[in-house]
Amino acid sequence: MSELTLVQAVNHALLEAMRSDPDVLVLGEDVGLNGGVFRATDGLIKEFGPDRVIDTPLSETGIVGTAIGMALYGLKPVAEIQFLDFIYPAFDQIVSEAAKFRYRSGGQYPCPLVIRSPYGGGVKGGLYHSQSSEAYFAHTAGLKVVIPSTPADAKGLLLSAIHDPDPVIFLEPKRIYRSVTGEVPDGDVRLPLGAARTVREGSAVSVFAYGAMVPVAEEAAKAVAADGTGVDLIDLRSLVPLDEAAVIRSVEKTGRAVIVHEAPRFCGFGAELAALIAERALYSLKAPIARVTGYDTPFPYALEHLYLPTAERVAHAIRSTVRAG
Amino acid sequence: MSRGPRLTGTARGRGVISPASGGTFPEERLPELYRLMLDVRVMDERCLTLQRQGRIGFYVPLQGQEAAQIGCAAALSPDDWLFPAYRELGVALARGIPTQLLLDQFIGNAGDTLKGRQMPNHYGYRRYKFVTASSPVGTQISHAVGTAMAAQRRGEPIVTVAFFGDGTTSSNDFHAGLNFGGVFRTPTIFFCQNNQWAISLPRAKQTRSETLAEKATAYGFPGVVVDGTDVRAVYRAVAEARARALGGEGPTLIEAQVYRLGPHSTSDDPRRYRTDAELAEWKEKDPVARLKHELLSSGRLTEADDRALWEAARARLAAALDAAEKTPAVDPLTLFDDVFEARTPQLENERAGFEELLKAGVLHP
Repeated sequence: MSELTLVQAVNHALLEAMRSDPDVLVLGEDVGLNGGVFRATDGLIKEFGPDRVIDTPLSETGIVGTAIGMALYGLKPVAEIQFLDFIYPAFDQIVSEAAKFRYRSGGQYPCPLVIRSPYGGGVKGGLYHSQSSEAYFAHTAGLKVVIPSTPADAKGLLLSAIHDPDPVIFLEPKRIYRSVTGEVPDGDVRLPLGAARTVREGSAVSVFAYGAMVPVAEEAAKAVAADGTGVDLIDLRSLVPLDEAAVIRSVEKTGRAVIVHEAPRFCGFGAELAALIAERALYSLKAPIARVTGYDTPFPYALEHLYLPTAERVAHAIRSTVRAG
Repeated sequence: MSRGPRLTGTARGRGVISPASGGTFPEERLPELYRLMLDVRVMDERCLTLQRQGRIGFYVPLQGQEAAQIGCAAALSPDDWLFPAYRELGVALARGIPTQLLLDQFIGNAGDTLKGRQMPNHYGYRRYKFVTASSPVGTQISHAVGTAMAAQRRGEPIVTVAFFGDGTTSSNDFHAGLNFGGVFRTPTIFFCQNNQWAISLPRAKQTRSETLAEKATAYGFPGVVVDGTDVRAVYRAVAEARARALGGEGPTLIEAQVYRLGPHSTSDDPRRYRTDAELAEWKEKDPVARLKHELLSSGRLTEADDRALWEAARARLAAALDAAEKTPAVDPLTLFDDVFEARTPQLENERAGFEELLKAGVLHP
């Protein structure tokens, strides 16, 4: 075990995967000598050289398109998109190509690649260094969408993503890249994709979160625990595949659901969770489902502390839900 | 239109391929290439009719581009990876992809390797190193670059070829793909069939550049213009580009100048945007007629031989079509396969619900 930050855990996963499998390589902007703008690929070029740690021209569509070509041939590329906000030039490559290659070829051309990208707010990044656009990708058939919230999960899930036979969008909550440390197993220890994690158990209300909202929800859960309200906090860890059973099981136990994400509310991933709960656990509900999310505005700079869900806002929603029935 | 490979922008010293250094054409293969071109023409004409008759859903014809495609494919190795767009029937047949397999795809039946997933023309077969096409234009260009990088990494001496048209030279991925190819010096041939029209937009309105080939200059590698109706010229240019690629000299952009004699697709009516006079002028340069004339005048073909060749090609196609049309329909439950390697719980749920609707007679296969 090692005590690591989340970004160090990402680095260790890349190091581990590249050591154990010569087909794994990384490519992206500034990933080589500079080690990535967040240092996620720090030191890799020293060990693996510029042929496996590839500094690319500044073109997201070129990065992803090239990675797809490598994946078709049998390599396992890990592409870094410097900020999720900059992924849109590669959108066509991701949704029209990577997501559809296996399907459109009748299974002849799997496209196993990972697109890693720091995402989310809380770093004073304004409109273009803060977005949470996971819903676009979760909405596209053929993509897996994985989001860790702890160092151990970052390493275990990224290792699984790299060895997964299908394209994985791996979103790293940059706000907690360095703010949390945790024990991370050494070696090639993988965590399954599609298995949610119970962060804490409780019987009064279920709270569903992922990424940087997990520690926020955890803080809220601790606050309401003082009032005697037990929160069943579930970290989804993977939006696709989604651990539906864990969601339903928790709601059946508590009868109440609060969903937290920093992405805008309208058509956000919380809407899918709310629909799932309504379809499969409606009769267990004692109160309306609540969503605590970003607002349906572009991501603000000066007001980000008001835009992002806070522990107080989540605790407020938990208390309202418990009072409602 | 009889010029062979030529320098682009020679006055400014651009381009490095000169006609003198071009690959040599194997004359003995000429009759074989003519037969291939004829097969392509027969199938292309038939597919247009099949679409009109409602027997296939859609079709993208390639009349006028046969020499460019056959000449290109003939200069490649079966180990080279091809990244076609949706108009590459000539390349597909030259690659040896069986006619019936293609017709199975056009119909979308149980014999279709792609399991009925794609519109006609978007086929691809791993066995033939002919990658499944998509409809967005240009996306395949950077795939060809990435595959070339992967092959280099594995030490496998192949080239990759991206096929696209004049309109694609305006796309994001043309720029990104050629730029990456140039930066990483990949063994890639960017094979542009400039058929003069991107649906209704003429070549002159696509770019202010004098040629498409000269765009290569900005990416740091040579671009050449060839007469795409001349199978020899295309072969030589591709052979030379392939030799450069394998020699570690990086990519080449080839602009094969052709003309799309037919519509963009079966949904298009070119009379809305171009003149009969222009079409008539280019019909004079029909590559199939041109090669036939040459073979006749050089005594390598007689009219009787030629008639027999066309009849045999039509008979082979009719037999393949008959077999394809007798092949059963695709199994509805395959709808949920190949989204991922294994179905997720969500897909299992949907599949179960779909199966119930089929059993209940709500859905009709």
